[in-house]
Amino acid sequence: MQREIVIAGFGGQGVLFAGQVLAYAAMDAGKEVTWIPSYGPEMRGGTANCTVIIADEEIGSPLVKHPPLAIVLNLPSFDRYEPLIQRGGALIVNQSMVDRGPKRTDITEVFIPCNEIAEAIGDRRLLNMVAVGALLPFLPELTLQDVEKALEAHLPARHRELLPLNFQALRRGYEVAEGQRSRV
Amino acid sequence: MATLTAPANIVFTRPEGLTEFPTHYCPGCTHGIAHRLIAEVLEEMNVLDRAIGVAPVGCAVFAYNYFDCDFVEAAHGRAPAMATGIKRVLPDRVVFTYQGDGDLASIGMAEIVHAAARGENITVIFINNANYGMTGGQMAPTTLPGMKTTSSPSGRDVETQGYPIRMAEMLATLEGAGYVVRRSLHDPKNIRLARKAIRLAFETQVRGLGFSMVELLSTCPTNWGLSPVEALRFVEERMVPYFPLGDYRVSPAVAQIRV
Amino acid sequence: MARELWKGNEAIAEAAIRAGLQAYFGYPITPQTEVLEWMARRMPELGRVFVQAESEVAAINMVYGAACTGARVMTTSSSPGISLMMEGLSYIAGTEVPVVLVNVMRGGPGLGNIAPSQGDYQQAVRGGGHGDYPRIVLAPSSVQEAIDLVTLSFDLAEKYRTIVMIIADGSIGQMMEPAEMPPMQPLYHRQWDWAVTGKMGRERRVLSSIYLDPYQEEQTNLRLFRRWQEIQANEVRSRAYYLEDAEFVVIGFGTAGRVALSAVRAARQEGLKVGLLRPISLSPFPHQVVAELAQRVSGFLVVEMNTGQMLEDVELANAGRVPLRFYGRPGGVVPFPDEILHEIHALVEAPPTPGEDARLAWLERMTRLGGDGWQR
Ligand SMILES: Cc1ncc(C[n+]2csc(CCOP(=O)(O)OP(=O)(O)O)c2C)c(N)n1
Ligand code: SF4
Repeated sequence: MQREIVIAGFGGQGVLFAGQVLAYAAMDAGKEVTWIPSYGPEMRGGTANCTVIIADEEIGSPLVKHPPLAIVLNLPSFDRYEPLIQRGGALIVNQSMVDRGPKRTDITEVFIPCNEIAEAIGDRRLLNMVAVGALLPFLPELTLQDVEKALEAHLPARHRELLPLNFQALRRGYEVAEGQRSRV
Repeated sequence: MATLTAPANIVFTRPEGLTEFPTHYCPGCTHGIAHRLIAEVLEEMNVLDRAIGVAPVGCAVFAYNYFDCDFVEAAHGRAPAMATGIKRVLPDRVVFTYQGDGDLASIGMAEIVHAAARGENITVIFINNANYGMTGGQMAPTTLPGMKTTSSPSGRDVETQGYPIRMAEMLATLEGAGYVVRRSLHDPKNIRLARKAIRLAFETQVRGLGFSMVELLSTCPTNWGLSPVEALRFVEERMVPYFPLGDYRVSPAVAQIRV
Repeated sequence: MARELWKGNEAIAEAAIRAGLQAYFGYPITPQTEVLEWMARRMPELGRVFVQAESEVAAINMVYGAACTGARVMTTSSSPGISLMMEGLSYIAGTEVPVVLVNVMRGGPGLGNIAPSQGDYQQAVRGGGHGDYPRIVLAPSSVQEAIDLVTLSFDLAEKYRTIVMIIADGSIGQMMEPAEMPPMQPLYHRQWDWAVTGKMGRERRVLSSIYLDPYQEEQTNLRLFRRWQEIQANEVRSRAYYLEDAEFVVIGFGTAGRVALSAVRAARQEGLKVGLLRPISLSPFPHQVVAELAQRVSGFLVVEMNTGQMLEDVELANAGRVPLRFYGRPGGVVPFPDEILHEIHALVEAPPTPGEDARLAWLERMTRLGGDGWQR
């Protein structure tokens, strides 16, 4: 088994941490995992993305051309990754930051207003966790509990009081995506 | 819209010396202001055609994208040496380097000191923003005592990490230097003074009066973790006291220049 | 020890600390800066030496000085900074003091870019500094391997009084993987019979790389190379994947090696008998392993993130015996597995004639692809 996930958005949207949460969850679940960020000379709020690969044997290439799964948190990332998703794959789209619908019919696209959901829960910064939650119905390798445990174990101490809200965000994302999936 | 752009209504335009290339500098960073001042001066002196810039390694590594004149890109810290090579072969060109504090005062200390000591007829614009911007905010030779950076996480400890270097004062001791001053970019008044100094530095060069350098106190809101406005205040309140503004060397011949 | 998620650069730093690193000297450069930043926090916290040098030239000479006292020392950098260290390395080699350094390579030459690259293979393996000196060069392909090789490096450097250089690339420095950190070794100053520590009752010692008398310098060169024979006999390392029944073998190190692993697995799924040899010690190179494979396989594919630098070592070992194909992505481009799979197909279906210039053939293919290669 090997599963690849790309997460992309603006710097500051929690792209890299969202990937790390998946990586921690996979590691704690006893799997092999790699997390690799894009890194550029721009130290300044440009685009950010990371690739997470979960497998049960030694991982070869840390990058993939056509991931089966991706989260896109803004329009440039949507434009960039939508054509690249493997046929039959799934794309989680942050509806709050895009102004168009899907262009592909051979993948599942979940549109979810991450910003609004995060704000309703009480903190805009949770938008990345909403998106991660929305990814999980498509990621059989990890359960919601795996990810919650990972957050509990690895969320930086200074954000600990946000843990319950993080759980809420994850679950909310999960429910919305699950709802949309069963309708497809 | 049409009336807005009617010639009579235009009060501010891009100087000819700057290209239309979109800037990569962070919002609120004063690198952009320094670029503008240099471009204005080169345009005003009508030397854009024979100006040759030497870009550093630092946030200004892409300076060549912005100035509408010939440019080369130096290795980290070696811009004054490269400028020397160019100027010696083409003495009637206007050759300038644009360097950050890591580039000029750390890795490039030998090159800058010797270019000044030789009285090399080049102009150096030195951007002092108290850290290494491009690589993500490490300590620079100009980092203030106690200032936190990613490589001085508990604040610069002068016992183990030494004291800031005041470059303008240091280079002013060298007889080859014709014009060495420090200015700041933290408010309009100081920006105007900086522009004047840049003009004088280039005048020094075109008259063959030796090495010229303008040190500019500059912001790095991104790595300082401050808003642009807070960063300007930081320059005024914290940097200016440590790096006093002033003329550190104005040779008698340069003092005669009237522009 | 439990597995933890480590970023490559931070893992390299912490592994060195656990190995009893007494002093670190470095200078910021992407994509290696996290090593310096980790050291800036951890070393003072542990009461050990950390200095951000004014340049890589200074850093390597600080390392040189500290190494002369017998201390465990290290520096790290990335390609342009490593170039600046070459003079110091030559002096270190000539003085025969143990030093560990890490090059997190990026695209070059010159300022190049900060993307992962393997462009410094020859610089690392063949020299870089002036004079006639060997050195150990190790290439990890994962975060765990980087940790293990850093730990090993200090022992090797001291055992052979030599330079050990680890060449990783930006992707290994920046990626996070689960890895196990070794326990903290006790910190102590080793007592060597060559170290300069102040004579304090013993005969005085001098450490230098100057031998004005050419005959004496000749003896030094011979001594270095006798030691090198020992290193070649004992310190060759490589990792084999699916080699038992392999008819074709892909050879690649570091990141190129692990990307090739994905391609080799895909080829296996298609029923092709393909294996992978991943050299870990690039100097000494596993020439023997390649030579033995050349006795029994039908072809090699060498994959690198450069224009064919390790290729020359493989060619040396292969000695024209089996057909050899080369695939490289220089300049900071990381190949994708499908490109390598395509190359495997080409090798299997139409092996080049032995003795054909593999690099030239590759260059022609790249040119035909429009200079853009497989993809941007
Ligand atoms: C030999 C070498 N060492 C290190 C680097 C990495 N590097 C790039 S920019 C930079 C520091 C730039 O800081 P500064 O000169 O203060 O300019 P700023 O970015 O703040 O404008 C460093 C260390 C390099 N490119 N080459
Ligand atoms: S990192 Fe700092 S110096 Fe560089 S462009 Fe941004 S604000 Fe300016």
